Amino acid sequence: MNPLNVIVCLKSVPDPRRSGAIVLDPRTLTLRKEGAPRVISPLDKNALEEALQIKSLRGGLVRVVSMGSASALDNLREALAIGADEVHFLSDPACAGADTLATARALAALVRSLGGFDLVLCGARSFYGSTGQVGPQLAEMLGIPHLSYSSAIEFTSSQGLRVKTEIEGGSATFDASLPLLVSVTREINTPRGVSLPGILAARSKLLRVVSCRDIGLDPGEVGLAGSATRMIRVSAPVTARQGRLLGGTASEAVGTLIAELRREGSLPPAVGRIAR
Amino acid sequence: MSETGTSGTTLWRGVWVYAEQRGGAVLDAGFEMMSVAGELASRLGATVSALVIGHGVEGCSKELIARGAGEVYLADHPALDQYDPDAFAAIVVDLVQVQRPQILLVPATGFGRDLAPTVAARLGTGLCADCTALDLDGEGRLLQIAPVLGGKDLATMLCPVARPQMATVRPGVFPRLPADYSRRGQVLRVDCSRPLEQRRMTSLGLLPHQAPGKPLPQAEVVVAGGAGVAGADGWRLLADLAGLLGAEIGGTRPPVDDGFLREDQMIGQSGVTIRPKLYFAIGISGDIQHTVGFAAANIVVAINKDPAAPIFKVADYGIVGDYRQVVPVLIEELRRR
Repeated sequence: MNPLNVIVCLKSVPDPRRSGAIVLDPRTLTLRKEGAPRVISPLDKNALEEALQIKSLRGGLVRVVSMGSASALDNLREALAIGADEVHFLSDPACAGADTLATARALAALVRSLGGFDLVLCGARSFYGSTGQVGPQLAEMLGIPHLSYSSAIEFTSSQGLRVKTEIEGGSATFDASLPLLVSVTREINTPRGVSLPGILAARSKLLRVVSCRDIGLDPGEVGLAGSATRMIRVSAPVTARQGRLLGGTASEAVGTLIAELRREGSLPPAVGRIAR
Repeated sequence: MSETGTSGTTLWRGVWVYAEQRGGAVLDAGFEMMSVAGELASRLGATVSALVIGHGVEGCSKELIARGAGEVYLADHPALDQYDPDAFAAIVVDLVQVQRPQILLVPATGFGRDLAPTVAARLGTGLCADCTALDLDGEGRLLQIAPVLGGKDLATMLCPVARPQMATVRPGVFPRLPADYSRRGQVLRVDCSRPLEQRRMTSLGLLPHQAPGKPLPQAEVVVAGGAGVAGADGWRLLADLAGLLGAEIGGTRPPVDDGFLREDQMIGQSGVTIRPKLYFAIGISGDIQHTVGFAAANIVVAINKDPAAPIFKVADYGIVGDYRQVVPVLIEELRRR
């Protein structure tokens, strides 16, 4: 089988495990970084891993594309250290405030600037907006078919793939051919980390930074200007409850709890047997 | 930009719902959207139309009309019995371009979250994901409210110019309307031949997961465990409690990673939204990414050995203690009833 040209879409995001440090300013509707560390969006790591596994099977190139600000650079170098061959990064103030449509348009122009490709992989959802929309919309802009929420990809022939996707309560499998875009879930693989040889090799790999003009993108088509939707307000969800702590020994606390639940009618009518 | 991005947004009328079906029955998520669609439509002086795509789906029309659809567009064809991204998107896009609804709602299910962005991109219109609330502004424009940053914030979004205004709607949030079979509506059959020609892949079918018990979104009682529940013994204890209460089991990301729970048992922003009558959060710290998943539960009971755990702020009752001591006592007391 012939080698494949795989493109991986990657997004640098605030670390989901440190989400307490990220603040969305309600006045300006922008992120106040407050020193929140950034990571490669977790599912994009799965996408990169899948690309690298395909490369070890078929040979070819793994090229990362991304759109963002300078704060993403460390994560992009990390992608090279993990094993990507090249990174192509669209960094332009005109791209700020983009909704998924404008993001897809920008990424499509970036992908087109690379010449041909066989397969595009991306994480099914990112942290932050977590819409899961950019993958399908990018595929639309590139004029290629797409499949979302994939948990397994296997090649059935040189150009043919069998893709398993996950939905509620089941899996849906499709046969498709290249070129194709697939968005992946955590189930698809276990991402490799960064190795010392990888870090050393990354130093001589291409990290190309471009502006809109470099790739023929009209600033009016990207960022807030090119977006069909806009955020007008942000607020905190209301989730507080009465929070009554039941004191005493475990026995006493449980006794009070059951009495209260029974009083409210919240306990199910029949308490069953313990099933083994 | 495409034609749909032009001014003259007043020419776009109607609130549409993509009523996803499986096996010839509309999903709960579809019926949930009918309630919010009906409310929006009545405020706008517009009609609700439902769109059904599949095979053997005639029965869906009656159910949708009974829940407020003034019209049901039915695309029924043997080749549509499985979801196909190309054919389904083409059917929706063709209809929307002719009928021009001002709002199009799609459930945020696995297929819905694939179909909606495809349709939105083709129409050059705006789409907001995973909305948990929908409202109208002073000008009758749709306000789409959805959690961002893992549920930490609620963002309100607007699609000021492009039409239709699209949103995917989070399952398990809006009420399911009861059926009123005295209601009347029209059924309009859709010609699928052109969309079917646009298929670029082949569906090999849907394989259901062999999962025991009720799906979490339908459970009346849920016993959930988090990182604080240790090992198989810990989970067995929770299973015993659940068995006594007739409850379903769920939890947070760490037990899914450790293999004690399946992905579809994960409750929260990137998992399922539930609204049980009674919810036990055991060994769960109360990170917002999880707590948004059970915000609609009637009564929440938290058991955690850390008195400072945020879970206690979002629980109705809290017991500070080691679940390995508390849960056996709870089981004993419940059996004695």
